[in-house]
Amino acid sequence: MKISAEVINKHGIKPNEYKKIVLLIGRDPNLLELGIFSAMWNEHCSYKSSKKYLKKLPTSNKNVIQGPGENAGVIDIEDDDAVVFKIESHNHPSFIEPYQGAATGIGGIIRDIFTMGARPIATLNSIHFGSHTHVKTKNLLSGVVSGIGGYGNCMGIPTVGGEVKFNSTYNENILVNAMAVGLVKKNKIFYSKAQGMNQPVIYVGSKTGRDGIHGASMASAEFDANTEDKKPTVQVGDPFAEKLLLEACLELMKDDSIISIQDMGAAGLTSSSVEMASKGNLGIEIDLNKIPCRERNMTPYEMMLSESQERMLLILKSGKEKSAKEIFDKWGLDFSIIGKTTNTKKIVLNFNKNEVANLPLDSLSKDAPLYDRKWIKTQISKKINLPKEFSSLKILDSLKKILMSPNNSEKSWVWNQYDQTVMGDTIQKPGGDSGIIRIHGKDKGIALTVDSSAHYCLANPIIGGKQVVCEAWRNLVAVGAKPLAITNCLNFGNPEKDKIMGQFVETIDGISQACVYLDFPVVSGNVSFYNETNNSAISPTPTIGGVGLIKNLKNIMTQNLKNIGSSIMVIGKNTGHLYQSELFREVLNFNDGQPPAINLFNEKNNGLTILTLISKKLLNSVHDISSGGLILTLTEMCITGNMGAKIKIPTTNIGKIEYLFSEDQSRYLIEIQEKHIKEVTKILDKNSIYYELIGKTQKEYLNIDKEFTIEVAELSKLNSVWFKNYYKD
Amino acid sequence: MKSSVIVFPGSNCDRDVAVALEKNQIKNQMVWHDEVELPKTDLVVLPGGFSYGDYLRTGCIASKARIINDVITHAKKGGLVLGICNGFQILIETGLLPGTLLRNKKLKFISKNVFLKVTNIDNKFCSNYKKKNVIQLQIAHNEGNYFANKKIINDLEDSESIAFKYCSENGEIDGIFNPNGSSNNIAGILNPKKNILGMMPHPERSIDPLLSGEDGSILFEGLISS
Repeated sequence: MKISAEVINKHGIKPNEYKKIVLLIGRDPNLLELGIFSAMWNEHCSYKSSKKYLKKLPTSNKNVIQGPGENAGVIDIEDDDAVVFKIESHNHPSFIEPYQGAATGIGGIIRDIFTMGARPIATLNSIHFGSHTHVKTKNLLSGVVSGIGGYGNCMGIPTVGGEVKFNSTYNENILVNAMAVGLVKKNKIFYSKAQGMNQPVIYVGSKTGRDGIHGASMASAEFDANTEDKKPTVQVGDPFAEKLLLEACLELMKDDSIISIQDMGAAGLTSSSVEMASKGNLGIEIDLNKIPCRERNMTPYEMMLSESQERMLLILKSGKEKSAKEIFDKWGLDFSIIGKTTNTKKIVLNFNKNEVANLPLDSLSKDAPLYDRKWIKTQISKKINLPKEFSSLKILDSLKKILMSPNNSEKSWVWNQYDQTVMGDTIQKPGGDSGIIRIHGKDKGIALTVDSSAHYCLANPIIGGKQVVCEAWRNLVAVGAKPLAITNCLNFGNPEKDKIMGQFVETIDGISQACVYLDFPVVSGNVSFYNETNNSAISPTPTIGGVGLIKNLKNIMTQNLKNIGSSIMVIGKNTGHLYQSELFREVLNFNDGQPPAINLFNEKNNGLTILTLISKKLLNSVHDISSGGLILTLTEMCITGNMGAKIKIPTTNIGKIEYLFSEDQSRYLIEIQEKHIKEVTKILDKNSIYYELIGKTQKEYLNIDKEFTIEVAELSKLNSVWFKNYYKD
Repeated sequence: MKSSVIVFPGSNCDRDVAVALEKNQIKNQMVWHDEVELPKTDLVVLPGGFSYGDYLRTGCIASKARIINDVITHAKKGGLVLGICNGFQILIETGLLPGTLLRNKKLKFISKNVFLKVTNIDNKFCSNYKKKNVIQLQIAHNEGNYFANKKIINDLEDSESIAFKYCSENGEIDGIFNPNGSSNNIAGILNPKKNILGMMPHPERSIDPLLSGEDGSILFEGLISS
């Protein structure tokens, strides 16, 4: 039976791609085979638009044990410990069905971690929603938050950090990016590459149902008016099943029964079997009658393309089947020998004793289409005039407005729905510059952060790409961690449009420049294109997940002010740059102009110097200066420390508003006790650092020069009301 | 002193509480839910988590696990039983403690630090606390809203079987300091013989000054000191 053009189109396969399939396999594929091609060749699985540019990212250094290409990246954290981590998007499903979309996003990323043999020890998330006034936002936000909590809490993995942002660019395309982090012994890491012929292929975990069929293809297309119809392509999560799968897998991993292991994530059984076999340069044969099914009369097509959750594919050493099965029986999970490895370099599927598919593996993976998409440089806006309302801005009113805005409000309404302390090793909960998790039973820890700055990237993708990497680096530094590596989640519109592709290319360029300079490699990540509805794309939103090492937990640093009468100092150069700042965006609704420039030399120099000061125990508190500028940073330090400050704005050629609200980069605000000032300034001078003493801490009141005095408790109240009012609770 | 932590499918605070017990020189064993008999033990701990995914009703399926028969026998003989969070929910489902735990009043999961007033120290678990002291522990639950009929609540009050109540930092017991809607701000209760304690807050998460303080340690220390 010849497949119609309409069916091909429905599978997201372009006419020229279909021609390529016919050429590769020397015949027309049957419907099942077409479905397999569609699953493997879609953007989500094949990276066909992004691969060319992803290669430019630095992915190795002496700390990297495993870079991109596996289920997750792995870095060395000394002794015999390694950290496994990755960030992934679940944007499209979360918009269609927020609870399940977000829940299965968490489930998927956690599975990636324990597939590598690591016990998951923390999750973080970066979630972006449309304008708070948009009709869908309230429901999407509460659905996503309870979905993330519903899954992560049940798994018993603490959520230690994240960000929640609102912007009308996400009105019809929200972003749900989830990061998971695991701990493993260096010599017990598991990989997905199959090895050896005639080894049993095992299916473990939940049964296969009809949910999520073609989920990955759905995530590789734009939304339109019929988006709601896509609900059946969203998977349904069962965190209980995943908890059992986690414990069963880690129990089996204690010995050496497993040759390789891969979770069934996007494109389910298809991508896991194809990837494992093709990485090992082998073939694979599967008897579909052996697949544990949840529903009756499932067809081979449905079994191969289902994205039912909480499933794993293992290749065991032959002879280990019985002992392995006992473990899965104990945990009440399915365990089925569904096939074997072969040397044919083909995937062969049998059903009811008939061969129903037979495809060369290379045609699905190595020979998948690769595109060199057309792209254009983003138009950089020329120098523009200050907004006309600028001259009438009042400092205190502006600060209040920023503090009360949804983007800058305190977010415990969100975080308190996530278990932050299970596993008993959470040293720094959400709300600090980075989360900190102790390595169980040891005196060392890791710092974790996720960051994004979409408006910077929209205005200038190269600077924006650099900035978001630096922001993550700075957040790790601010808690006293040595930054080690990142994972990235690249959320963009439709790459078939040259403008969008240009944003992507230039953002990667920026990310790459910063990563190279800071020796901060990318070890894992994912690309999410087609975040677009009715031709309107989201702002380019790269999300960076950073990991740093704290060798001695006695040396951690926090942002809350500690002692009355100590000095407050700014580290880094202030040029008074206000374009793209929170002041302009939140207070004046003015979105033009360039983001602040990044000087990578200063970034690194300032950061490493801060780390030196922290390790010498010369600082009381540290907070990086980011959105909202110096004044918001200081306010946050006051609120968290329940303490005031008296600030004198230095006399410079910069105006007061510029001085306080500028978002010039690579800066920190630090609190120093009087007795340490001399030594601190000596080190700063020696390292050629720009710094300024601007005031002292005091009781209760924040006082900015001759401008205003206000009780910190009042600022704290203003900062904490938005979510409660929004949900009337 | 010897303890047994029961591990159900879906338990996720089992390791945490084992760490807390061992840190306080209590010799602990993990016991799989499918075992028939407890090992020789002074204390049984039902840990927090989502036993059986909280499906059907929190704690309900776990209360029918094979090991539970022996836990009930142990309790009826006067042996110590501590149920934390999901463990408290299981104790209620077994009938060892009265009342029920409803969904939190605002229908949301709550994870945060709360202040608690220790309202009974005349039991093994709280023996190292001072009466009416205010302590701080973590809560992390979706169904911690303690509810029972008036008679049960009055009996609990009259027999001094309430171990902990949610309160302010200064110890005021008032609805505004009640995170989940529990009757009478109840956070933990004892049986009349005071050998069974069920509590929503997690003492095992407050055993380290680097983390969330050490108010939980006092409970574990109390178990061995008296």
